[in-house]
Amino acid sequence: MASTLVLPGDSIPLPSSSKSVVLGPGLAASSSRIPAPSSDEVPSIISNKLGLLSSAKGKERSEQFWVEGKSKRYIPAQKDMVLGTVIARHAEGFRVDLGSSQMAQLDALAFEGATKRSKPNLKVGTLVYARVALANRDMEPEIECFDPNTGKAEGFGELKSGLVVSCSLQLCRHLLNPKFPLLPTLAATIPFEIAVGLNGRVWFKTETVSESIALKRVIEGIDSGDIKPEKGEVDSAVREYLA
Amino acid sequence: MVREIDPPSIQKDFLLAALAEGKRLDGRLPLEQRKIEFVFGEELGNVECRLGKTAVLAQVSASIVKPREDRPYEGFLLINSEIGPMASSVYENGRSSDSEILITRLLEKSIRRTEAIDREALCILAGEKVWQLRLTLHFLSDSGNLLDCASLASMMALKHFRKADVEVIGDEVIIHSPEERAPVPLAIHHTPLCLTFAYFENLQPILDPTHLESTLCSGTLTVTMNAQREICVLSKAGGTPLSVEEIMGVVRVGVDKVRDMVKIMDEALERDRENRVVEVR
Repeated sequence: MASTLVLPGDSIPLPSSSKSVVLGPGLAASSSRIPAPSSDEVPSIISNKLGLLSSAKGKERSEQFWVEGKSKRYIPAQKDMVLGTVIARHAEGFRVDLGSSQMAQLDALAFEGATKRSKPNLKVGTLVYARVALANRDMEPEIECFDPNTGKAEGFGELKSGLVVSCSLQLCRHLLNPKFPLLPTLAATIPFEIAVGLNGRVWFKTETVSESIALKRVIEGIDSGDIKPEKGEVDSAVREYLA
Repeated sequence: MVREIDPPSIQKDFLLAALAEGKRLDGRLPLEQRKIEFVFGEELGNVECRLGKTAVLAQVSASIVKPREDRPYEGFLLINSEIGPMASSVYENGRSSDSEILITRLLEKSIRRTEAIDREALCILAGEKVWQLRLTLHFLSDSGNLLDCASLASMMALKHFRKADVEVIGDEVIIHSPEERAPVPLAIHHTPLCLTFAYFENLQPILDPTHLESTLCSGTLTVTMNAQREICVLSKAGGTPLSVEEIMGVVRVGVDKVRDMVKIMDEALERDRENRVVEVR
């Protein structure tokens, strides 16, 4: 299926074949547009971003649509997993930088097993892996360090040692996709621990310094397009960087 | 103004651990510079210099003006270097950050005060008409070490630029257009180039720091040298104290680097000259 390029503000025609349509990032159902000619009663779908319109078939004849574009600026969205830096602490919690236009609030009690007596003691400059609890374009985003469904930490919280790399938002989404060949290929040569933030930051920890530097260079190479995400190219790049 | 957020503390820990092993985050050696690339524009004197991902565009233009009363034989060289938000979101129009002022001051010292351009050769008619050169720098992308990139772009633009051929008959001045007579290159005495080194506590210095390295370092040292092994400017604004041996070691490294940089510049100029029609046949 050929992808069409959409600009912000373009209206997208809906296919009549699917029973239900799920709108992903970059699309919004607009109701405040200039009304279409009288016969049209379906609310039009408007794209917010610049990119290629992609679609996937979901279950029960539903179709998902989203706009895939290349960007580096993160716009907070609920349920996203992000990597943030603590920049300030006050009585009730911490202010965390996510790389977006506003700083995020991390409540001191938004941790597993935190009570008023035992609050976590994060210093300024700590890296935290958190989940966006509340994201509204008019308010400061709020993040939390536990999974609200289970109440447990599930890997969220402070990340110690390791290295942080900035990359585009698209690459972060690819890295979280289990079918993307990069991480399994790298794991074959270098043992590492990794946390991917959807705000364009990736944290990883390896045993030696040169392995971390090799990982960083590979990720930056794939992001810039110098290295293609195929097994052969990635392997030779890793060997070159480790030498 | 967007205040730059400090990187997480684990970055500094990792950087120091890597430097202790003699490794840098982009795989370079401690005294290795990033790749230098020159892209020439359509006009003479328009060149973009790329040092890795840092990019600076320099443009030279010339006009004829009346000289100063007390210096009737000298032309003018004006350097305009304002960093705007295009380079990075931490800069804003209206020059306020310390790094901007430092870069402008060092460029003025390196290019103007070292007399790299012969200003008396810019004189057309003493006391009446002189050339005024205007060097404008546009900082396109800040990936660390804007100063070195800017000095490379400036000197390359000055070497590339040609001013119109001027004929003086008595009191009459005839300016020939480029179609009539080939334009004339500027009289350049020497090529001063800046080299910036970043220092960390108890570790060897690194050349050409990236953005992260210059944010986390404990001091920088900029040495401006030319291919004739002369130190033109030495600037150390604060930071950890350095001994004489450390500075001389760095100067010795710098001398070789500047020679290589001048060679790269000359080769790029040669390649451009082959592709460009300047002479009138």
